[in-house]
Amino acid sequence: MKGRIIILLAGLCAATPVLPQTATQKPMEMVRAAVLRVDKPSLPPISRLDTPPADLGFAGARLAIEDNDTTGRFMGQDFEALEIAATPETAAAELDKLLADGVGFVVTLADEEQTLALSDRAGDRALILNARARGDRLRGADCRFNTIHTAPSHAMLADGLAQFLMWKKWNEWFLISGSHPEDIALADAYRRAATKFGAKIVEERSYEDTGGGRRSDSGHVQVQQQMPVFTQRAAEHHVVVAADEAGIFAPWLPYQTWDARPVVGSAGLVPRSWHPALEAWGATQFQNRFEKLATRPMWDEDYQTWLALRMIGEAATRTNSTETGALKEFMLSDKFEVAGFKGQKLTMRDWDHQLRQPVLLTTGSVTASVSPQDQYLHQSSALDTLGIDRPETECKF
Amino acid sequence: MKSISTAILTSAICLGLGTPALANRVFVSNEKGNDVTVLDSATLEVIGHYPVGARPRGITISPDGKELYVCASDDDLVRVFNPETMEETHTLPSGPDPELFVLHPSGNPLYIANEDDNLVTVVDTKTHKMLAEIPVGVEPEGMGISPDGKVVINTSETTNMAHFINSETYEIFANVLVDSRPRFAQYNDAGTKLYVSSEIGGSVSVINPETQAIDKKITFDIPGVLPEAIQPVGVRVTKDGKKVFVALGPANRVAVINGETDEVEDYLLVGQRVWQMGFTPDEKYLFTTNGNSNDVSVIEVAENKVVKSIPVGQQPWGVVVAPN
Repeated sequence: MKGRIIILLAGLCAATPVLPQTATQKPMEMVRAAVLRVDKPSLPPISRLDTPPADLGFAGARLAIEDNDTTGRFMGQDFEALEIAATPETAAAELDKLLADGVGFVVTLADEEQTLALSDRAGDRALILNARARGDRLRGADCRFNTIHTAPSHAMLADGLAQFLMWKKWNEWFLISGSHPEDIALADAYRRAATKFGAKIVEERSYEDTGGGRRSDSGHVQVQQQMPVFTQRAAEHHVVVAADEAGIFAPWLPYQTWDARPVVGSAGLVPRSWHPALEAWGATQFQNRFEKLATRPMWDEDYQTWLALRMIGEAATRTNSTETGALKEFMLSDKFEVAGFKGQKLTMRDWDHQLRQPVLLTTGSVTASVSPQDQYLHQSSALDTLGIDRPETECKF
Repeated sequence: MKSISTAILTSAICLGLGTPALANRVFVSNEKGNDVTVLDSATLEVIGHYPVGARPRGITISPDGKELYVCASDDDLVRVFNPETMEETHTLPSGPDPELFVLHPSGNPLYIANEDDNLVTVVDTKTHKMLAEIPVGVEPEGMGISPDGKVVINTSETTNMAHFINSETYEIFANVLVDSRPRFAQYNDAGTKLYVSSEIGGSVSVINPETQAIDKKITFDIPGVLPEAIQPVGVRVTKDGKKVFVALGPANRVAVINGETDEVEDYLLVGQRVWQMGFTPDEKYLFTTNGNSNDVSVIEVAENKVVKSIPVGQQPWGVVVAPN
């Protein structure tokens, strides 16, 4: 079916002048970008359902380029995104090659440390679009002018969840965080969200990663013994908030806690940028188009990569330009807005270059809610109730 | 309480009619219910629910009232029904994922937006043959046609353009960049204005069809409603061109615009997530589909007043009223 359409389309394009005058008169101008994914060797995830696909992020890039090119036909613009899978050791050299090649936009799918290193290495030679790292320091003390973030920050995700919990009047939290630095950073975001929205963290525990408990080790056999004991005799609480960015323990918490309390955060009700079950706001056809192309559901990294490249395409359409400097300037201006299938326009925070976006609160199979919750108002944008607002930013460009 | 007031309202309407109004059938496609709810435009009662295939969205009827067309999006075809019996008579090849379409004023051909494949498909309603596939922007949705039938408009939601297509040569001769997520295109009957709604941009562009220039952008401001919730979708213009109705999605309002000045004059509270609208032939009533409250609001056009809400099926999407 798909093949038939492609052939037909190609036939139409070649045989009859279906394209508008502008596209045939003007030579196509190229916008070049790359997606640089830095894969760290790691253990398999707790659930085999969470095994990252080989084309993680790249599939999102392919859809974005298809979308941009379709629009580009009317604008005389052509888009490309090179796909590069690197290791922490080869990432810098791969970036150097792209910079030497004159690629002006690099979408990175890397951890915090690698993202920061790539930003600093690129300097003013390329715009970095961070489509994975969620750490708040990249938008705070370690922010960089040449870097924009399509991945939501820990603070945005934590605030999105906190608003929902406050609406539920579940304001007493039992916070369990992992022992990895990214877990500790995420736990900080939950502490901040609790203060911001008036929740109380009544108990905190740290789950040490001793290398056990994963599927590859003993799996559910040990967990059923460990988790109830680990969560025993906590102060009276409404919910368990899990801060497990490293993916060591949180999926084992639901149904295994000592007290019958819901789990939220890294398991249970999870705040994220995308969910393959989202159907509102035209998301159904977006999911359909992605699934036809990738033959799998869309992950957050695919969405965030798609968004990064769509931002470039949108800037090229609106400015009628393919010049890197002009596109960068427009993307960072208050005139910029992009539609992202989340029911409202997404815009750029000028104080830390974080893209404003709603946060989906998801369970395994559905999008249960979307934040900001209606009750939380803001003088400039309700989306700024999520994450670090202008007066509190530590970012100095 | 609500049902009592509705009942009073309904009886008031019925009493108010000295002579029985001409009854027309109103057809509402229910996207998640896979059926069409048929209403009676005089009694404002439900006549019945009829299965029409998978994910029905766009819905329209032939000028002679003999054929009802439904985009069965997930069946990848247009199903055609006898509007009286609601029996399927035949199907039309539509291309993949048909979402919305527009009929040539003569009743033939049908121009269909294929949302997943960036195409507009042209189908002959008499021979049931596909006449052309026209590549357009990403996520084509809105379909409009000039009153003289010479220009077909398609809006593409992710490309953010209104594409002007010559209906004889199938060539795109102009592309107008509008605000984010254009959903709907509607000419006034005089053919002097083209209204294009932008769902995420929150505006309606008023385009001069001659020059393809945007003469004005209508924006909306409703006290107590978050600006993000104001998402214009469906547009309908009265035959005299004096009133333009714009459905504002999750703002749960229909805006009433002066078709001469293009200024907003009123906001009418309707059901939740209002998307598409349809007039009765006498323009006494305008029906709106409210996807989140699973009902249809009935607006009395002369009074700018919502007079009734009628429960229909699951996630009502489109609506059309029989011409006779």
